[in-house]
Amino acid sequence: MALLTVQSLTKRFLVRKGFLRKIKGYTHAVENISFSLDSGRTLGLVGESGCGKTTLGRTILRLIEPTSGTIIFDQQNISEMSKSELPNWRKKAQIIFQDPFSSLNPRMRVRDIIGEGIVIHRSCSRSKVLEEVSSLLELVGLESRSMDKFPHQFSGGQRQRIGIARALALNPQMIVADEPVSALDVSVQAQIINLLLDLQQSRKLTYLFISHDLRIVEFVAEQVMVMYLGRVMEMLPAKGLALKACHPYTQALLSAVLTPDEQGNRTKKKRVVLGGEVPNPMSPPSGCVFHPRCPLAAEVCRKEDPVLRNIGQGHSVACHLV
Amino acid sequence: MIDPILEVEGLSISIRLRKRWHRAVDGISFQIQRGEILALVGESGCGKSITALSILKLLPRQFLQIDEGRIQLSGRDLLKLTQREMRKLRGKEIAMIFQEPMTSLNPVFTVGDQIREIIQIHSLARSKAAKDMAIEAMHHVGISAPLERFDHYPHQMSGGMRQRIMIAMALACQPSVLIADEPTTALDVTIQAQILELIVRLTNEHKMGVILITHDLGVVFEVAQHVAVMYAGVIMELAEVNSLFKNPLHPYTQALYRSLPKTEVLRLQTIPGRVPPLDAVPPYCRFYDRCPLAHAQCKVGEPQLREVEPGHFVRCIKV
Repeated sequence: MALLTVQSLTKRFLVRKGFLRKIKGYTHAVENISFSLDSGRTLGLVGESGCGKTTLGRTILRLIEPTSGTIIFDQQNISEMSKSELPNWRKKAQIIFQDPFSSLNPRMRVRDIIGEGIVIHRSCSRSKVLEEVSSLLELVGLESRSMDKFPHQFSGGQRQRIGIARALALNPQMIVADEPVSALDVSVQAQIINLLLDLQQSRKLTYLFISHDLRIVEFVAEQVMVMYLGRVMEMLPAKGLALKACHPYTQALLSAVLTPDEQGNRTKKKRVVLGGEVPNPMSPPSGCVFHPRCPLAAEVCRKEDPVLRNIGQGHSVACHLV
Repeated sequence: MIDPILEVEGLSISIRLRKRWHRAVDGISFQIQRGEILALVGESGCGKSITALSILKLLPRQFLQIDEGRIQLSGRDLLKLTQREMRKLRGKEIAMIFQEPMTSLNPVFTVGDQIREIIQIHSLARSKAAKDMAIEAMHHVGISAPLERFDHYPHQMSGGMRQRIMIAMALACQPSVLIADEPTTALDVTIQAQILELIVRLTNEHKMGVILITHDLGVVFEVAQHVAVMYAGVIMELAEVNSLFKNPLHPYTQALYRSLPKTEVLRLQTIPGRVPPLDAVPPYCRFYDRCPLAHAQCKVGEPQLREVEPGHFVRCIKV
C-alpha cells in the first residue's frame, strides 16, 4: 500500500505585468505529475534548476497551493484539506531546506529553532521541550549543550544537522529533503547522507529526495524521477540507473556527471554536451518539451507531446523514440 | 623543460582574526606551463581562494597579508610591483573568473559595456573598435546573437550566460594566466559541462596557464593536467592528474576520493572530525587528528612535501 499517492498534480503560477497587473500568462511549474511512494522508501527527484522539482516538493506539502490534482497520504486527501486542518499535515510531513545558511533564523537560539514546532503542536512543559530538543540534537550528532548557541556559531554541515533535527521534531512519517547536501563540501556531504540513511532506518522515514546530482540520488533512492520543464521525462529504479536510462535527457544528465571510475580511468563513453538552456516555462516548446535541446529530435517530437508509458520493471519513459 | 608562465614559491599568507595574525596559507609552491590547467582542490577554508587572490594582489590589507614568498609571472616578481603596476597587469596579463556569476557583474551596466570597459582601460582600442572587440569576445565564448546581447543587463541573462560573459571579460585582453575560482559551482550540471568544455577549448587556443579552483574531484579529473590537493593551508599532494587518480598516496586525498558516492557501497565513507581552526594549527602533521593511519611518529614535527615518484609529491611520512 502506497503511503503517498500523487495524481495528475499541476501547479501554474500566474504571471502579471504592468500597471494594471494584467494576466500575461502562466508559468507551467509542475504539469500533470503522478507517482506513488511506499512507506520507508526514497524517491529521488532530479533535474536542472527551474525544472519544477522544488515546486513539486512544496506543493505536496501544501506550502504552495496546487492548481489541480490530488495528493493522498495514508488514505487522507491532502489536496482537499482546509487551512485549519493543515497543522495536522505538518506533523506528518516535514521539509529539510537546501541552504543551511539562510533557512535558520539568525536571531533564534538552536533550542527555539528546534523546539518551536513542539511548542506549537503539543502542549507540554518547558522542561519537556528542552529534554526533547537535547535528545534530537544528540540524534543528529550534535552536543546537547549547543542548544544555547545561535546558528552563526556552526559550520555548514552542523547547520544542516540542525535543519534535520528541526524537521524530525514532530516525528513525521515523510520528509521532503530539498537539495540537503548541495551546499556542502564532499566530505561533509557524505556525513549528512549517512545520517539521513541512518534516520530512515531507525525511524522508518519516507523521503522525497530532491537533488540535481545523479550520483547522490542513485545512491540514496530506490526509485528516480527525472523532471524537465515541470514534466516527468523518465521514472526508473535507481539501481543500475546508468545502464537502464533510455530517455535522451537522462542520458545527457548522466554524461554530465564527472566521476573517475574505480581504477581512476577517464570514462570511455562519449560525452553528450547539451547545447542551449532550459526554455522559458511561460511558453514551453510545442510537442516534446525537450526537443529543442535533444540530440535525437525527429519530426514527430516537434508536433506531439509524448505520454509517459510503462516499459516494464517499474520503468516508464516519455519519449517517442524509445 | 620550458619555462613556466607562472611560478609561485614558498607563498605564505596570514589572516587577522580578533586582533591577532594567523597563518592561513603556509609556504605553498607550484608552477604552471602555457596551455596547462592546474587544479587547486580542497574543502572550504583550506586557503585555495586566498591563494588565488594573492596572485592578483587583491587581498584586503587590513585582514590579509602576504608574509613571504615569490610569485613570478614570466620572469617578473609580482610581489615587488607597485599597486599602479599591478593595475596595469590585472585583466591584461592575469585575469580572474569568480564563483558567483550573479554577484560579480555590475547590475547597472549592460554586459557589453562591462566587457568594453576592460578593453578601453588597457587601451587596446578606442570606443568604436572596442565595441567590435567586445562583440567578438562574446561570440568567441559561444553567445548567440552577440550584437543584441551586447545591450542586455546581467539580470536578463541566465547563470550560464552570465558565466560566459565573465569568461569573455576575462579573456578580452588575451591574458597569459587565467584564474578560475569555482567557475561552475553555481551552475547546473548540463551547463557545467558546457562551461568546462569552453574553458578547455580556450586554454588550448590561447595557450594560457589556468589555475582552476574547485572542491569537485570530478571536475578536476575531467579538465586538469596537474592537481594540488590543499588542506589547512598547505599542499598535501601534488601530482599529474592520472597519477593522482590512479594512485592517490596521501591519506587525505584517499579519504576525499572515498567520500564520493558510489553505487556499489551501502554507506559512504566519511572523514571524521573537522579541519583544525586557524588559531589551533598543530605543530605536527595537520591531518593527524583525522587520519586513519596516524601514528606516534606523525606527531614529531611537520612532514615535508617529498617527491615519491617522478612528478608526484606527497606530504606524509607514511608513504
